[in-house]
Amino acid sequence: METIDQNKIRNFCIIAHIDHGKSTLADRIIEMTGLLTNREMQAQVLDNMELERERGITIKAQTVRIVYKARDGEEYIFNLIDTPGHVDFNYEVSRSLAACDGAILVVDAAQGIEAQTLANVYLALDHDLDVFPVINKIDLPSADPQRVMDEIEDVIGIEAQGAPCISAKSGLNVEEVLEQIVEKIPAPSGDPDAPLQALIFDSLYDAYKGVIIFCRIKEGTVKKGTMIRMMATKAEFETVEVGYFGAGQFIPCEELSAGMVGYITASIKNVTDTRVGDTVTDKNNPCSSPLPGYKKVNPMVYCGLYPADGAKYQDLRDALDKLQLNDAALQFEPETSVALGFGFRCGFLGLLHLEVIQERLEREYNLDLVTTAPGVVYKVHKTDGTCIELTNPSNLPDPSQIEYMEEPMVKAEIMVTSEYIGAIMDLCQERRGIYISMEYMEETRALLKYDLPLNEIIYDFFDALKSRSRGYASFDYEMKGYAGSELVKLDILINKEEVDALSFIVHAESAYERGRKMCEKLKEEIPRHLFEIPIQAAIGSKIIARETVKAMRKDVLAKCYGGDITRKRKLLEKQKEGKKRMRQIGNVEIPQKVFMSVLKLEDK
Amino acid sequence: MQKKEGNKKSLGIYVHIPFCVKKCDYCDFLSQTGSKNMQERYVRRLLSEIRCHAPLLGQYEPDSIFIGGGTPSILEPAWIAHILDALCLACGIKIKDTREGYIDVREKFRSADSPIEITIECNPGTLDLEKLYVYKKAGINRISLGLQSANDAELKLLGRIHTWEQFVQSANAVKEVFANWNVDLMSALPGQSTESYRQSLEKVLALEPPHLSAYSLIVEEGTPFYERYGADMQARDRGERPAVLPSEEEERRMYEMTKELLSRHGFSRYEISNYARSGYECRHNLRYWRRGDYIGFGLGAASCMDNVRWHNTENMEEYLTQPHKRQDVQHLTENEQMEECMFLGLRCMKGVDTEQFCRQFGRTVEMVFGEVLADLEKKELLKQTGKYIQLTQFGIDVSNYVLAQFLLEK
Repeated sequence: METIDQNKIRNFCIIAHIDHGKSTLADRIIEMTGLLTNREMQAQVLDNMELERERGITIKAQTVRIVYKARDGEEYIFNLIDTPGHVDFNYEVSRSLAACDGAILVVDAAQGIEAQTLANVYLALDHDLDVFPVINKIDLPSADPQRVMDEIEDVIGIEAQGAPCISAKSGLNVEEVLEQIVEKIPAPSGDPDAPLQALIFDSLYDAYKGVIIFCRIKEGTVKKGTMIRMMATKAEFETVEVGYFGAGQFIPCEELSAGMVGYITASIKNVTDTRVGDTVTDKNNPCSSPLPGYKKVNPMVYCGLYPADGAKYQDLRDALDKLQLNDAALQFEPETSVALGFGFRCGFLGLLHLEVIQERLEREYNLDLVTTAPGVVYKVHKTDGTCIELTNPSNLPDPSQIEYMEEPMVKAEIMVTSEYIGAIMDLCQERRGIYISMEYMEETRALLKYDLPLNEIIYDFFDALKSRSRGYASFDYEMKGYAGSELVKLDILINKEEVDALSFIVHAESAYERGRKMCEKLKEEIPRHLFEIPIQAAIGSKIIARETVKAMRKDVLAKCYGGDITRKRKLLEKQKEGKKRMRQIGNVEIPQKVFMSVLKLEDK
Repeated sequence: MQKKEGNKKSLGIYVHIPFCVKKCDYCDFLSQTGSKNMQERYVRRLLSEIRCHAPLLGQYEPDSIFIGGGTPSILEPAWIAHILDALCLACGIKIKDTREGYIDVREKFRSADSPIEITIECNPGTLDLEKLYVYKKAGINRISLGLQSANDAELKLLGRIHTWEQFVQSANAVKEVFANWNVDLMSALPGQSTESYRQSLEKVLALEPPHLSAYSLIVEEGTPFYERYGADMQARDRGERPAVLPSEEEERRMYEMTKELLSRHGFSRYEISNYARSGYECRHNLRYWRRGDYIGFGLGAASCMDNVRWHNTENMEEYLTQPHKRQDVQHLTENEQMEECMFLGLRCMKGVDTEQFCRQFGRTVEMVFGEVLADLEKKELLKQTGKYIQLTQFGIDVSNYVLAQFLLEK
């Protein structure tokens, strides 16, 4: 077996604001180091999932080992760890960064620094990574590399004058990036003979091998037969195989030693045993302490997922089980709704995570789902001194038992060009934001800091931000803990019956407005029936809004002779077709999409 | 269907005449003005189509013939006679040569107990006594008159070519020659008041037709009416108050009035939009709702025989020059047959004959539609009377909803 000189290893990641060209640069590096032939090269190699490619976002961390022959004549081993690119997966990002020794900061030559650029750079610097900038998209007509370099130096304070000016799309100057990786990113350190200490930065479930742990060896060595222990979960296994990452394939090797990035398999059945951020050590020769930074990730956003066809309940459970194998952050437990029957209350890292899971269930498992409006986790302090974490509005205790409630807050950073500052401040105000500060990054751009309730941003905050700033604002946030808030549960009654799946928690001030809009929306969405249907919004026993769906329009007296039968049949089929996507509640049939409609109330 | 004379099955025959003096503004039927020359080419083509179907027609016993349009009465009356002659010949009804001892069955058609109902649609303004006598001689025994409204302003709005006065003349002429005749009347016209509709109804009833078809105006896409009233109709469908079209409530009052007035005059409603004095129900149309076999000749005409449905080309040039070819041939599955048995049968007030359903499909209605029946009966939309399943008054009001329930899962 080849021996690998630690000095010839470079472990790095690429960080960037969304759309600044991170995945494209990764592809170009892989292509130029000859790992894949052009034929094998599919645009954005590292984005494995169909969904990732379609949406142009990275959801799971991906890793690849490549060999680069540098200008100094030496061959270097690059481990490129591609990080997820969305705030929902912030923790995963931080763990991936912890597996690296350096980072390439990609900045768009036209747009310059954005909110995520900053957030990611600070995250990288927090992990003591050496960061060097790359100016991308210099082939754009609006590219202004010099301004961007100055901005990087002014705002972030890292040397940028020698930054490679590249076009990842065409491959221009990418060679220069490869050389700088060798020069500017430090080789890993660590003692191969020390007790094993390896950081888990991702894992994957394989039907044959079980869980495949992606890890960075910080100290020591692991090989087939090593008895390993997960320090946080305490799970223990015997190593079956170790290896490194080819492009889209796992290549077994003899051993992984300090400084290397690779994978371990050990017939592990359950991904929950291998939490991202945990430390792997040798059971027989354990290290003294785990690597810093591990935390158990908790879902931030919850919603009910129900099969549109009640008979598919078991299928939905199986599908969720399978998805959870690869996604320890996904949580679900069975719940029952009067309106929707049997389903699951599912927890997600954020709205994107929710959407991704929902789409995968529908696409990969061919399930037709009814989703209730997503909500956050509220803390309900009861008069008896206990506190419950509320994930389903239906479970809210009687108001007489509630002392006070708290809702989760986020620290938001919004970068915006000066002409839209007013509009964005208005938006934050409307969303109950608390102004913290504003700093001018340069004359025309400012960084706004607000504390915002999470439940005000999970629906459409991002869209509103984009539309009010004509796309010029960028946004990033992190969790900030809980704050007391005056919250009420808004119930919806259809034909005098409360529909549990439509209840939601809302701030008392906006309850009337939301209730009224919700009733209007439902009036539009619910088809006319044989009888009149009242739609009401209520807080407790108090009705705060009402609309009525008129009784079914009587049919006109249409003729139907020989030549009309086919047409008549089509008309009736259309009428019936609409009914299929209906959900029966009492004696009212409600379209499935209604359950998500609470989300779209803000549409203007 | 019931077997007749030996092994011959009964049959309805439809003949389409796609010509009009002028196309009405609400009409979405296949019709055009058509020059005399075009009309002649069309009739020749029609005759040849009928003749080449002789081997098929010979196996059937025709029970009704309906010449519809367009405006069939626009044609030279002799051509109508030719068409009927061709049909009789093709069906093996000998009418020509009385010298060799055949009786002229057309005599029989003229009698009240005619074995075949033969209807022609006529428009006022295209009709005179002479024409009517030619029809009678040719074997026709029923006239359907398109009136739509007895109010001249409304007639003008509809784009009709005649006045109420002209209609009265035509109707009197028809009454002189025929005992069995029908008037088509329309309600819910733009700007129409309930009162003006009531006057139309009463004026028509004064002429004592034995049969009346009463429809609501349907604003169909692709018609001049759609351009004028399409948006208004959509507003009404959304539950808003229409600007020119009668509101939902007014439309309903007109409908209720039709029912009351006609029943007071001794009519019974035998189908959703058809009323007749006893014995004057339209045999040809009943056939459609009872799923009897029918064959159509002429442009776009639809046929359904032995559960195979098709129609002729709707392109005039193609019809005139290309060989006859069935279009959109559809073999009805047993499920489709059962569905149609229900949604067509329920249009008749008498309802669906459950015993016949059972004989035809080897299953009871309950076995196939049990859940739907129970649900609709609970909602008081359907009722059972003896062996018949019928729509209730409420069921008639929302008939599309009720009928749609009888479509089976695919």
